[in-house]
Amino acid sequence: MKPQEYQELVKENSPPRPLLRNTLWAFFVGGIISALGQVVLDVAQGAERTKAEAAAVTLAVMIFVGTVLTAFGIYDELAEKGGAGAAIPITGFANTVTAAAMEFRREGFLLGMAAKMFVIAGPVIVFGILSGFLVALAKALILGLF
Amino acid sequence: MASNRIGSQTVTFSKGPRITSSYTIVGPMEGKGPYALDFDQILPDDVLGQKTPEKTERLMLEMAIEKTLQQKGTKLEDLQFLIAGDLMNQIISSTFAARTYSAPYLGIYGACSTFAQALGLGAVLLQGDFAEQVLIGTASHYQTAERQFRYPIELNVQHIASNHHTVTGAAAAILGFADQGPRITHATFGHVVDMGIKDALDMGSAMAPAAFATLTQHLKDTDRSLEDYDIVLTGDLGKQGRKMLRLLLTKEDYAGLDRLQDGGSQIYGDGQKTGAGGSGTACIAVMTLGYGLNLLKSAKAQRILVVATGALQSTVSVSQGESIPCIAHAIALEA
Repeated sequence: MKPQEYQELVKENSPPRPLLRNTLWAFFVGGIISALGQVVLDVAQGAERTKAEAAAVTLAVMIFVGTVLTAFGIYDELAEKGGAGAAIPITGFANTVTAAAMEFRREGFLLGMAAKMFVIAGPVIVFGILSGFLVALAKALILGLF
Repeated sequence: MASNRIGSQTVTFSKGPRITSSYTIVGPMEGKGPYALDFDQILPDDVLGQKTPEKTERLMLEMAIEKTLQQKGTKLEDLQFLIAGDLMNQIISSTFAARTYSAPYLGIYGACSTFAQALGLGAVLLQGDFAEQVLIGTASHYQTAERQFRYPIELNVQHIASNHHTVTGAAAAILGFADQGPRITHATFGHVVDMGIKDALDMGSAMAPAAFATLTQHLKDTDRSLEDYDIVLTGDLGKQGRKMLRLLLTKEDYAGLDRLQDGGSQIYGDGQKTGAGGSGTACIAVMTLGYGLNLLKSAKAQRILVVATGALQSTVSVSQGESIPCIAHAIALEA
């Protein structure tokens, strides 16, 4: 059998991914996390002076929640069900950093945990900054700020 | 042609080397699976008081070796070789465990086929009169493999149906000449097969053609059929790989597919949520030395063929977009 024939055979016989179930779970889990964020935001808006300050507090609280859930080994279980619903909110970002930090702690404090903490979150930061820069540049050009 | 060879890939052992003693250790999760009674020891936890899972893996291997030596009171001086391997980079678990023992050490790597490779090489050394007793061993741990080959344990990843779950466990055996113990009659060492599968999350599909190549070559070399074996125990193909192997065999009109069993697919129960099933060097090792040997000892089987498969990728080769080369070694055991 030629490799290509075999690859076709594998494709035909791979287990289907439960798309509908996964999507519903992602919607449900992502929705719960987002709703929780909304509650925190509403509370914060009562306490903080500006909207930006309230948003900052909300992010900090959600990152804390994501970190704690990761530390107790709950977040990966949540993601097993929720998929992207658990990965996309900022709690998911907190999870990638915390999970890597926990994992590489054994390789030392400096060269292990500190150096490898952003191993998975790194691309998010790089492209987050890059896209932020590009959008800002586009805005400046369109509004004729130069 | 060399007198101990038949066909193109098979070696025969006329002197009748045997597995004289063996010991299997599994983690708590494997101990909750359907083959719990076949293993010699089920660990209460997968940490064993160690600071890192790498240390735990090494300790499990040392425990398995120690217990195997104790079975018949074998002394270290009586062993001419220690052959061991594992999944870690530079096979550190085996090498670090081996520094405890003064026997000449041969470290090998064949991914999840390592155990069969050790078994075959050990029998070759015995048949060739290079040794009277050879110790073989291997170990793997879910957390060490997960961390090396996949992601941090606590990361938000969703596992898919073709995913494997690395078995936490260790196994060791002494091969030698004695009156009792299962006889190693043939070994068919496989060649590397690469069908261009690149998905490291579906190792079963990648490995099935290697299992097919070695299995069919073994049957051809020995002029046997699947039905000549009570059980053909493939290693770590998992549910997806097992399906692919059956498809390949069916396409070529092989009979006796009911003899096929798969260590990876069977080591966990359906309710254990382990995707396609078990993998890791310990998987086929504990299934062979636990389940397989018990069948032979209790005369429920007379003849078993173990076909252990291994996916030989590295994290570097996968991230560089290379396909997964695979291998399988077949060992025939008789009561």
